Amino acid sequence: MNLTRAFRDPELARGQLSSIIRSVAGLDRTITLMEVCGTHTMAIYQHGIRALLPPQIRLISGPGCPVCVTPVGYVDHAVALARRPDSVVATFGDMVRVPGSSSSLLREQALGAHIHIVYSPLDAVTYAQAHPEVEVVFLGVGFETTAPTVAGAVVVAQQKQLSNFSVLCSHKTMPGPMAALAGDPELQVDGYLCPAHVSAVIGADAYRPLVDNFHVPCVVTGFEPLDVLQGVAMLVQQVLSGSAKVEIQYSRVVKAAGNQKAQALLQQVFEPCDARWRGIGDLPQSGLRLRPAFAAFDAARKLTVSVEAPRESPGCLCGEILKGKVRPTDCPLFRNLCTPENPVGACMVSSEGTCAAEYKYGS
Amino acid sequence: MCLGVPMQVKSIADDVAVCEIDGVKREASLMMVDGIEVGDYVLIHAGFAIEKIDEDEALLTLQALRDALDLGLGVE
Amino acid sequence: MTSDIILLGHGSGGTLSHQLLDELIIPLLSGVPSRDQNDAAVLAPVAGRLAFTTDSYVVDPLFFPGGCIGDLAVYGTVNDLAMAGATPLALSVGLILEEGLPVAVLQRVLEAMRDAATAAGVGIVTGDTKVVPRGKADKLFINTAGIGVLEHDLSFSGSGALPGDRVLINGSIGDHGMAVLACREGLELTGDLRSDCAPLHRLVAAMRSAGGAALHVLRDPTRGGVATTLKEICLQSQVDLLLEENALPVRPATAGACALLGLDPLFVANEGKLLACVAPDAVDAVLAAMRSLPEGAESCCIGEVTATGSGRLRLRTAIGGVRAIEMLAGEQLPRIC
Repeated sequence: MNLTRAFRDPELARGQLSSIIRSVAGLDRTITLMEVCGTHTMAIYQHGIRALLPPQIRLISGPGCPVCVTPVGYVDHAVALARRPDSVVATFGDMVRVPGSSSSLLREQALGAHIHIVYSPLDAVTYAQAHPEVEVVFLGVGFETTAPTVAGAVVVAQQKQLSNFSVLCSHKTMPGPMAALAGDPELQVDGYLCPAHVSAVIGADAYRPLVDNFHVPCVVTGFEPLDVLQGVAMLVQQVLSGSAKVEIQYSRVVKAAGNQKAQALLQQVFEPCDARWRGIGDLPQSGLRLRPAFAAFDAARKLTVSVEAPRESPGCLCGEILKGKVRPTDCPLFRNLCTPENPVGACMVSSEGTCAAEYKYGS
Repeated sequence: MCLGVPMQVKSIADDVAVCEIDGVKREASLMMVDGIEVGDYVLIHAGFAIEKIDEDEALLTLQALRDALDLGLGVE
Repeated sequence: MTSDIILLGHGSGGTLSHQLLDELIIPLLSGVPSRDQNDAAVLAPVAGRLAFTTDSYVVDPLFFPGGCIGDLAVYGTVNDLAMAGATPLALSVGLILEEGLPVAVLQRVLEAMRDAATAAGVGIVTGDTKVVPRGKADKLFINTAGIGVLEHDLSFSGSGALPGDRVLINGSIGDHGMAVLACREGLELTGDLRSDCAPLHRLVAAMRSAGGAALHVLRDPTRGGVATTLKEICLQSQVDLLLEENALPVRPATAGACALLGLDPLFVANEGKLLACVAPDAVDAVLAAMRSLPEGAESCCIGEVTATGSGRLRLRTAIGGVRAIEMLAGEQLPRIC
């Protein structure tokens, strides 16, 4: 069975869409559903799902793009590390074009810095082992899908007794910001499409507090178009029946308790800390930092660099966009001063940022 | 930040599996999952298997989608 | 050759240069003996308009599944001539070699160029070789220029698309780019990934015979992939175009590699493919002509020019949605988000 193709079947899509359209027929209000994962943002745009849904259903994007919520100071820190003569900055491709206060990793590469794009944090460890003459810094950005892979890489680096590998950590966790948004009186969210792969790690039970405290339906939804449509259908059913519970649409991967081995790996290497979310502000215990036992692999502690004072661009509305309050088309910079070639904020340059998606795929 | 690809395990050595999708192979670490056997489908993210894919559940999900389609066609 | 590596002297015009030319470059590329070599090649007069093109090749790695920089250098320029509807007549080759390049590597590349030129039926009639100090060029850069003759009065410019035209392609997309990317350090994919590099001038000749003036646009989707080239056509012709995701031919291995790296095959380079905008009543005849050749065996229709407009390119998605396709700012980068 080709699992990807099966969940893109056009006939099944039509069937699920008809079912959704029938369920809201005659409804005179709007049901607002929020997704909080950049991969969902992209999937919805790439498959053209928004326009297929009936007008009574409004899909909005929340702070689901870890690159977008990374403070500009982090990029500045990465740039400063890249400028060190014996450093190699290893990173996922996602971070390379993100603008800092005055430069980006891509620009630093053009000026002579060594930026190594990797597919896996383990590749950065392998590179460090093969090149003892350089200091390899891996940019640890991402939510709970990615953080365990970085934890795994740190454990391997420790086993190999590497002294030239470290991580600049800016990992963040869900569902803290979801609760912050659910409690925001300016925001009307009737239901959450919960992230597929974060949930594979943390488990569907992680959303119980949201349901219990805010009476908002949560459906853990996969990324294929049929998953998204089925997840929307399940949320609409809950909203219409007035119920609020955690359901799992993506049952082929997500369990109630999640992946406990991955969670253990996270807890072994990282500990929770307060974190700054660009556009939202500081959220307590919503970030991860390396435990003292792994201080030797913490780039922020190990390597001293001077980082310029962070400067946000005035007029940038990424913050409001990340909270789902404003659409890209409402931002005065969108499409004139802020474009993929010349991004002002991270929402435009991140491959899954809301503004990037609207610019590339919106019509 | 969650692009995960379903791949099939072709061989396992220590904690590393060679996984395949449509003939393309890549190694993945099994550090985060237990009980994986050759032939299993796993979800690969950033070079790691982050969970085993339950094929029975996949079929159930597809069946539910098929039921939604049939229900709709029945109404017509 | 007295040296197993390229030295600065090989580019200086002296005896080492002559050794390189006489023992390696000329025998492999042109077959014209040294004493008959002059500063310029003189060609016989031709009847018809001339087409003239140039391209430079800097691909890394030099060798990849399905080809090498040498194949690209010949086929790439042949194909640019072919997209103008020209029969290739002659190529020039400019080599920029990095000091220290193994001669064996250069020989492999030159042999590939010889074989490609033979396969394409075109001669390499003039060239130049320079050597730069180590570190000033990445192993080997090639520039080729080509001259061809148009044996007809037609134009296949990107500005010629008309509403109603169907968009045809001669086979699967994204194969070349993924074959090269899979070799790069840090990605380490293995699989049935193979560059599609091939000459297209015979395919074009067959299409021209079958369709004549109904053939409105010919473009080859190299850097930036099918999406970028179609967007350029939309803008040049001032038309809107709708592509069908379910009609796009993608080999499973290419699709798998793209899925793994988070890339869209529509933006991945091709080196043996062409896009044609063809008037609807000529589509069957043109497709039949394409399918009669090996390089066109999998030809199909992937979309339609829907209207005159501001140049909007859209995709009808697999599940029936519609989304826009815009040009990328730069290269696609592998992503995990």
